[in-house]
Amino acid sequence: MSFLTFLLGRLGKAVGVTLGVVVLNFLLIRLAPGDPAEIMAGEAASSDPTYVAQLRRQFGLDEPLPWQLWLYLKGVVQFDFGYSYRNRLPVLDLIAERLPATLLLMGLAFVFSLAVGALLGALAARSRYTNRHRWIDSALMSVSLLMYATPLFWLSLLMILLFSVSLDWLPAFGMESVGAHLAGWDRVRDVTAHLVLPVTSLGCFFMAVYARLTRASMLEVIGMDFVRTARAKGVPAGQVIRRHVMRNAMLPVVTMAGIQLGQMAGGAVLIETVFGWPGIGRLMFDALLQRDYQLLLGVFLVTSAMVVLFNLLTDLMLRVVDPRIEPRR
Amino acid sequence: MGGFARRFAAHRGALAGVAILALVVLMAATCSLLFEESPWAMVAEPLQPPFASRDYPLGTDMLGRDVAAGIAYGARVSLLVGVVSTAVAVLLGVVVGAAAGYHGGRVDDLLMRLTEFFQTIPQLAMAVVLVAIFKPSVVSIVGAISIVSWPPVARLVRSEFLTLKEREFVHAAVVIGQAPMRIIFTQILPNAMAPIIVSASLMIATAILTESSLSFLGLGDRNLMSWGFMIGAARTMLREAPMMSVMPGVAILLTVLAINLVGEGLNDAMNPQLRKRED
Repeated sequence: MSFLTFLLGRLGKAVGVTLGVVVLNFLLIRLAPGDPAEIMAGEAASSDPTYVAQLRRQFGLDEPLPWQLWLYLKGVVQFDFGYSYRNRLPVLDLIAERLPATLLLMGLAFVFSLAVGALLGALAARSRYTNRHRWIDSALMSVSLLMYATPLFWLSLLMILLFSVSLDWLPAFGMESVGAHLAGWDRVRDVTAHLVLPVTSLGCFFMAVYARLTRASMLEVIGMDFVRTARAKGVPAGQVIRRHVMRNAMLPVVTMAGIQLGQMAGGAVLIETVFGWPGIGRLMFDALLQRDYQLLLGVFLVTSAMVVLFNLLTDLMLRVVDPRIEPRR
Repeated sequence: MGGFARRFAAHRGALAGVAILALVVLMAATCSLLFEESPWAMVAEPLQPPFASRDYPLGTDMLGRDVAAGIAYGARVSLLVGVVSTAVAVLLGVVVGAAAGYHGGRVDDLLMRLTEFFQTIPQLAMAVVLVAIFKPSVVSIVGAISIVSWPPVARLVRSEFLTLKEREFVHAAVVIGQAPMRIIFTQILPNAMAPIIVSASLMIATAILTESSLSFLGLGDRNLMSWGFMIGAARTMLREAPMMSVMPGVAILLTVLAINLVGEGLNDAMNPQLRKRED
């Protein structure tokens, strides 16, 4: 399979999923109990009848259903995600303003959790393989079991309690110090301090997931013939782990990490809510509070598109690293 | 069955899980006897610290509601939502996976595309949207959690079906003229039950976590006290009364941990040949 067909296939899939979300959004508004125009208008419905009438016209709500879907799709493809009555701004502007903060948070959490998780998983697999320091393995397994059971939002609150309230080391709210008007490196330092708690809170759970995946994947590779051959010809255990096992074990881990990005995006909603992080997750929470459904659906669509895009990039990257990869099912 | 119990009991964590889970179930079953007042009732002075008074062992919240009663009633909601939504999700997943795996071809293609779609989009965000649009209630919460959690079951059932349908006893059933439905339900599905049960047990844990996230975000059922709601409400008082946020979280942690441990025990007991490899 040539790279071009692979690329086109993956692109087609990504576009398909994104359009699927648009159709889903449309169906949700139609299926929800009540008048679709009033649902989209949210709290404006009771106070502003002209706005509701305008929505009804805009979405062709008196027209047949397929025509409505067409109008809706046409709007979204032209990046018209609707208007947030509450904020008196187009939904797209609101999201665009918040998107960088979320990308920063998720990007850092992804890199942090994958790097530390892979390292811990490798250490655990190594301790089993060499049969020394076996406690590393059991400690990692216990901690990850605990992480799997910890609600993300509760872990964030505990982090705030410990590092912000008790120790007073790190800020717990927002992205920058309010009213400090910092510039240059001072500002970078300030944002970094604000990043530490949200990134580690979001990353901890996924770190546990990736550590377990790495460990399992490495133990599988360790059982293969070429590893035994390497050991038999006298390559030291540590080198076998680094050169032979780790490299072969990481591909499935990165693939899985890509698949789980959707989960991380969901986690970002909780984390941003707790830490008051000015990203689209927090925007989703605000939309919930204000019953601003156009904004809510817009954030859902952009979050999905973001995950699809990340997935596409992971797939392309893996394909470049390992040309044997076929499109996954 | 003796071998099953022995293998399950060999997993010490699983036994601890069963013990914790039994306590949670007991708490859910007896909460209305233990606490006569509704957990929403304002019964005492607000913000009493925990472990101070005999009447309110876990203290009261900022509106004077009994925290211990909230925790007990919250167990009911968590277990209910966890079990029911998992049951619905497993049903959905089995139907989709069985149809895809048994029929293959076009049907398989189409259903797997649908599965992949639901697996790619952010699950929690979708659950939030579903519950918000259909108004928060037990039914919408259970529905939303089921809709976001069936895809892994469908994939699992499909792959089981793909291998099982090539086995001789299934061929034999086809040859003697059994109808496809009958073959699916009496020949293939019973042989695929072990992995389905194991993943269902782990799904209950995830469902409880999702429910708590939803109610933390204010999307819980307004008539039912839940652990996520308690944390969400106590969050504003994090500095003044940290224990109020900590305690319901411990309840979630212990319950989910116990279910995961039981799931691991089930896995060991049902797939003994895998045990050696995974330790």
